[in-house]
Amino acid sequence: MPVFDLAEQPLRALNAALHASGGDNGRFEVLNPRGAHSVAVGVEHPCEIEVMGPVGYYCGGMNEAGEITVRGSAGPGLAENMMGGRVVVEGDASQYAGATGHGGLLVIRGSAASRCGISLKGLDIVVGGSIGHMSAFMAQSGRMVVLGDAGEALGDSIYEARIYVRGTVKSLGTDCIEKPMRDEHRAEVADLLEAAGIAADPADFRRYGSARKLYHFDVDHADAY
Amino acid sequence: MDRTPRTHPRKSASFDDYTLSEIRRAAATGIYDIRGGGAKRAVPHFDDLLFLGASVSRYPLEGYRERCATDVVLGDRFASKPIHLKIPITIAGMSFGSLSGQAKEALGRGASAAGTSTTTGDGGMTEEERGHSDLLVYQYLPSRYGMNPRDLRRADAIEIVIGQGAKPGGGGMLLGQKISPRVAGMRDLPEGIDQRSACRHPDWTGPDDLEIKIGELREITDWRTPIYVKVGGSRPYYDVALAVKSGADVVVLDGMQGGTAATQEVFIEHVGLPTLACIRPAVQALQDLGMHRKVQLVVSGGIRNGADVAKALALGADAVSIGTAALVALGDNDPRWADDYADLGTVPGAYDDWHEGRDPAGITTQDPALAARLDPAAAGRRLANYLKVMTLEAQTIARACGKSRLSNLEPEDLCALTLEAAAMARVPLAGTDWIPGRGGF
Ligand SMILES: Cc1cc2nc3c(=O)[nH]c(=O)nc-3n(C[C@H](O)[C@H](O)[C@H](O)COP(=O)(O)O)c2cc1C
Repeated sequence: MPVFDLAEQPLRALNAALHASGGDNGRFEVLNPRGAHSVAVGVEHPCEIEVMGPVGYYCGGMNEAGEITVRGSAGPGLAENMMGGRVVVEGDASQYAGATGHGGLLVIRGSAASRCGISLKGLDIVVGGSIGHMSAFMAQSGRMVVLGDAGEALGDSIYEARIYVRGTVKSLGTDCIEKPMRDEHRAEVADLLEAAGIAADPADFRRYGSARKLYHFDVDHADAY
Repeated sequence: MDRTPRTHPRKSASFDDYTLSEIRRAAATGIYDIRGGGAKRAVPHFDDLLFLGASVSRYPLEGYRERCATDVVLGDRFASKPIHLKIPITIAGMSFGSLSGQAKEALGRGASAAGTSTTTGDGGMTEEERGHSDLLVYQYLPSRYGMNPRDLRRADAIEIVIGQGAKPGGGGMLLGQKISPRVAGMRDLPEGIDQRSACRHPDWTGPDDLEIKIGELREITDWRTPIYVKVGGSRPYYDVALAVKSGADVVVLDGMQGGTAATQEVFIEHVGLPTLACIRPAVQALQDLGMHRKVQLVVSGGIRNGADVAKALALGADAVSIGTAALVALGDNDPRWADDYADLGTVPGAYDDWHEGRDPAGITTQDPALAARLDPAAAGRRLANYLKVMTLEAQTIARACGKSRLSNLEPEDLCALTLEAAAMARVPLAGTDWIPGRGGF
């Protein structure tokens, strides 16, 4: 198994090797990330990447097929715009985790800071802890499952993404409302929890989504903008 | 009968017919006016500058016989595959969604025939434009609609859009009429909704983050692809300096006359700096950092002809970019559709309700029947012709100024017709050696 020690080797060598890995389902280990930015970005082909420590900005950015595990915490923009594959962070994640993600699964075992899932476009996010304010802002599609609490203005200006929160929601953002949990939603939560390898009872979650009142400009809603 | 003479009916300069009609429109609808295009008000512009030409102390080059090079390399600061353009005129980013697929294809065809690049826009990359563009710049916008690593890798350059001249500080807007199933699919949005996309990037704020973001994009593309940063004309000295500090290869600077697909009229007309006022501060920033000509400057906003190109280059730009003019070359606002424009309550030359998607010329629409009016091959040829004319015009001027390369044009070749233009362009008022703002007053 190739081992990249970022204390010794440049980041470019790591990412270039990951891009060249050519779908052979290889395994890579990254040592001493020490908060480095852009670790394992743009991974196109299936492979497993284990990062042994905390990472900085944009770890797993635009991931397409990698199975990336971070044995530590992650800085801002974790797995931004990810397309597929899986990114798992054992610690906490900073702001904008999963921003604009299109597909795949992002698991944050700890908590995520503000704007988790901002502009979500199809990615699924499971957070073991809580999420900060303005999470799922303008989230278009995809799903978020949060075992802890959500901060202020959850789902502000949300489109068609679905949010499930087990704990409390400090406040809902503009045009985000609580919606009834039906069987299909409990099944969806169960699937996502299982995929994330996290045990919880789907019946304990509440669902939030769009009231769809901002989809067309209406002068009578102008004070909501 | 009262015989007191009456004064002639007099309309107010402040409350002119347009203003009155806008007040009535606002009162009737309760929503601001949205339109396409750029600022329509008169602002100091390239027309207020003149070239001096050759004289006893400067000798000219022979037109048609002596070479005047037009090519330019963009993005050789960090990228291993910089872009080599045959002419210093590029096609600006205009989204599929705001434009039809046919129009995007025509832009690609025209640009490629002329040896230059075209640019995607808010909404992602289409096969039409990738397939027909030899050099395609892929925009990285706050909305990230359609953003994906596959297109990133097949782009010839990446342009991080921070702002546009028509609306510095504003986000994207594409109203329901244009959110067709294909556009909706590319943007992951429900069909037919009014789309008001973000004005800030979702995963970074400020120049320190931008540097890290650029680093990420370089890592994803293995440091091959040039990275541009596009800013609207706002604080050009600082914006350019910060873009350079953040690691940009190229800075694209768009003044307030720059077109937009759809923005509030009040935004278009009242926010941002005229193109003319942007260039010198931007060049100054590059010079102060020792980066002029190392980080290239591309200027846009109201470029219409070869004289505008030559003037922008003389003020220190490395290339220019065109949006509106390219659309006109394709056929936008053409008098041949006068009857259709009349049906829309307007006239050729004034049509700007691009957001409604009913463009008679088939350019700013997603309506298949209207879009079919534009023949991409013929429109592409018109654009190529127009680009060639602009280039020839710029060369004509450059040769007259004794320059064997367009990029050798310099501020010394210029004078200004008005005090305002002299101050903004930092060239002397015609017939004087006075540059307002220099030398104490
Ligand atoms: C129809 C249309 C769509 C545009 N879409 C975008 C866009 O998606 N992204 C962007 O950065 N600029 C966009 N622009 C602005 C252009 O990239 C460019 O800055 C401007 O058109 C240049 O000024 P000019 O129109 O006077 O040549 C658009 C402009 C037009 C006319």
